[in-house]
Amino acid sequence: MAVKKNLYTKRESGRAMDEVRPMTAKVGVVPSADGSAIFETGKTKAIAVVRGPRTLHPQHMQNPKNGVLRVNYGMMPFSVEDRIRPGPNRRSEEISKVTEWALSSVVDLSEFPNTVVDVFIQIPQADAGTRVAGINAAAMALAHAGIPMKEMVSAIGVGKIDKSLVVDLDKYEDSLFHDGEGSTDIPMVFTSRTKNLALLQLDGKISIPEFKETIELAKKACEKILVVQMEALKNVNGENGAPKGVPLEGNNG
Amino acid sequence: MVIEKRQIVIPGETLVSGNEYLPGDGAYRDGGDVVAGRYGIMNIFEKHVRVIPVSGAYYPRRGNTIIGTIVDITFNGWLIDFGGAQNAFLPVAEVPRYINRNEMREYLDFGEAVVVKVWDVKSRGVDLSMKMRGFGKIEGGMIISVSPNKVPRIIGKEGSMVKMIKDATGCSITVGQNGKVWISGNDSDKELATKKIIEFIVAHATITGLTEKVEKFIKKLGLKVNSPEIIAENTDGESEQNVGEDNE
Amino acid sequence: MGDFIIPNLQKEKIEEFIAENKRLDGRKSDEYRKLVVKDGISENSASAVSVKFGKTEVLAGVHLALAAPYPDSQDQGTFMTNAELHPMASQQFDMGRPGIESVELARVIDRGIRESGFIDFKGLCIKEGEKVWQVFVDIVTINDDGNLLDVAGLASLIALGRARMPIYNAEEDKVEGYSDKGIPLNKDVLSFSMTFHKIGKKIVVDVSKEEEAVSEFRLTIAVGDNGGEPRITAMQKGKSGVITSEDMETILKLVESKWAEMFPKIKEFVLGK
Repeated sequence: MAVKKNLYTKRESGRAMDEVRPMTAKVGVVPSADGSAIFETGKTKAIAVVRGPRTLHPQHMQNPKNGVLRVNYGMMPFSVEDRIRPGPNRRSEEISKVTEWALSSVVDLSEFPNTVVDVFIQIPQADAGTRVAGINAAAMALAHAGIPMKEMVSAIGVGKIDKSLVVDLDKYEDSLFHDGEGSTDIPMVFTSRTKNLALLQLDGKISIPEFKETIELAKKACEKILVVQMEALKNVNGENGAPKGVPLEGNNG
Repeated sequence: MVIEKRQIVIPGETLVSGNEYLPGDGAYRDGGDVVAGRYGIMNIFEKHVRVIPVSGAYYPRRGNTIIGTIVDITFNGWLIDFGGAQNAFLPVAEVPRYINRNEMREYLDFGEAVVVKVWDVKSRGVDLSMKMRGFGKIEGGMIISVSPNKVPRIIGKEGSMVKMIKDATGCSITVGQNGKVWISGNDSDKELATKKIIEFIVAHATITGLTEKVEKFIKKLGLKVNSPEIIAENTDGESEQNVGEDNE
Repeated sequence: MGDFIIPNLQKEKIEEFIAENKRLDGRKSDEYRKLVVKDGISENSASAVSVKFGKTEVLAGVHLALAAPYPDSQDQGTFMTNAELHPMASQQFDMGRPGIESVELARVIDRGIRESGFIDFKGLCIKEGEKVWQVFVDIVTINDDGNLLDVAGLASLIALGRARMPIYNAEEDKVEGYSDKGIPLNKDVLSFSMTFHKIGKKIVVDVSKEEEAVSEFRLTIAVGDNGGEPRITAMQKGKSGVITSEDMETILKLVESKWAEMFPKIKEFVLGK
């Protein structure tokens, strides 16, 4: 029986199969916040802002043993080609929840009972991988806010495009490729020290050996992402050298 | 892998290895390693390893001196806003003299600012006291807000930095651990200069040789510097937990 | 999340300084903070820009979509402004339904743009009675350090000025990317807004967050160019303090001087060199 040929032997962007898009990161982008950061992967940009610990209202939602982590993820109306109407939607709500679970696995709010730590994630420009960019930014913003954390988390989208396993899907790979076995998208979040999975979702079809391989690819990619997050946090005043990249820049007015 | 003493560390980073080290505030043990439990500057002092935060919200601790504003008056005390979205409570029993229910507004009214001590942090709220010397209502002057983690640098080792500013500008300065700083002088230019110096310190808080840079900055403003007795130069806040600073 | 609390002594100090024509950040009463404009925030819409006055930052983006015209203006496109005072920008903003502040902000900015005639609505018509372009301006606050109205207003104008016209494929009735032409605008009626606050006895421009909290009233005035002379195209008073005739005199004088000083630069940001 003839085996069908792999239709995706070269990536549309020209990247290697395991190559992550160029990344930049910076902390302290919202001066009035307790912690804030921006994380960019290729054209996808995510801003994360942390406010807290602060008193949680209404009182019945307070937890007397622990602070509460609350994530609100949203995309700006101009971030995508078809304008997103402002306001909550089901996709944003789901992403908020899985993000909250991922961040909660490393954050320790036992010293702050009856409080809330609000994490706001907003996407100004989207080119796939928005939830993972958001988590990368949120982890930096939480650290920047001085929130007790056992370790960091880093996030990446891996997947399968026809028969090729790829790292860091862009929009073409995520939404526009439909040939052969189609595209399978697997966002993953790894803890930085213990290397455990804090977020895992899969959308598509994949064999077990292939899936195991994507885990290894994701782990390696997350190590690279951690380096970017760490440099942004360590260069917060720009004293140890200029911060990597410049946020939100295009042609200047 | 040895991390330089004043380096900024991130959560999960190994600080030192060895069972002789004891994890303190902001650090934890993972097997043979002592690991950072938050983002900040690593500090090792006699085998105690801590991570001192450089950013983030103020969270009240017992014994802290803070500056706040009266936002509400109840039958037995005053509610005080001290930044962030929390209120603290000053019971009527915790002011220096006896105040009856009818005199409460006269004693401390809505919108007035106070220097108080954090007496207790309970799960339902923060309790304050104003009984000790050096605490009380503040009048006149202005209040500036800085990141609470920079407060130790503004105060300096044994108050040396804040004293240097006070000598240069002639202003009274009271520093709250919650990042509120009260400045009061005879002259609006001097008050503004004090504000500028404090903002300079905050902007350069993690740099070594800060005192020298501040001296230069003060001179650039056309003011005089009495070289302070610098006892030690460091970026840590270990000495400044309870100091109420320059109360006048 | 709660009101922004300012102690009485601070209000008194701000007023004391203002009487000496000084402000807590060292500015004069008629001085604006440093202005920084960035383009290219998003390539996925017609435009998206960031504008900062000092630490106050607002993003604004423009989208165009195909729509049917309104029954009473069959040959004209439509325009809608939406603003989100997002809680990431300030301790004082809440998640959930837009509060009155974001509604007022959106409406004031919308009126300033609409009433000036800056958008060429007829130019947005594709087929009369059937198909027109709908223009959306979306405003997202990033950091609130006072004067969101003016920052958001300017961001909206710059976003419109730099918006690229989408390419409409009539045969297949779909949009295919962006051209490098701008959207239809009546450039010579560009008008930008300035908000004046009264603090103590003085009128102040570009307020910080604290100044905004202690002012008695604010007056936003949109001003455009009428053959080299300033022309008022919109006004909105806010807060409960009253405007005396002296105040009005002072404000109108400031409108003239600030307009002369700032309009050329604003025009360049919005329309290019």
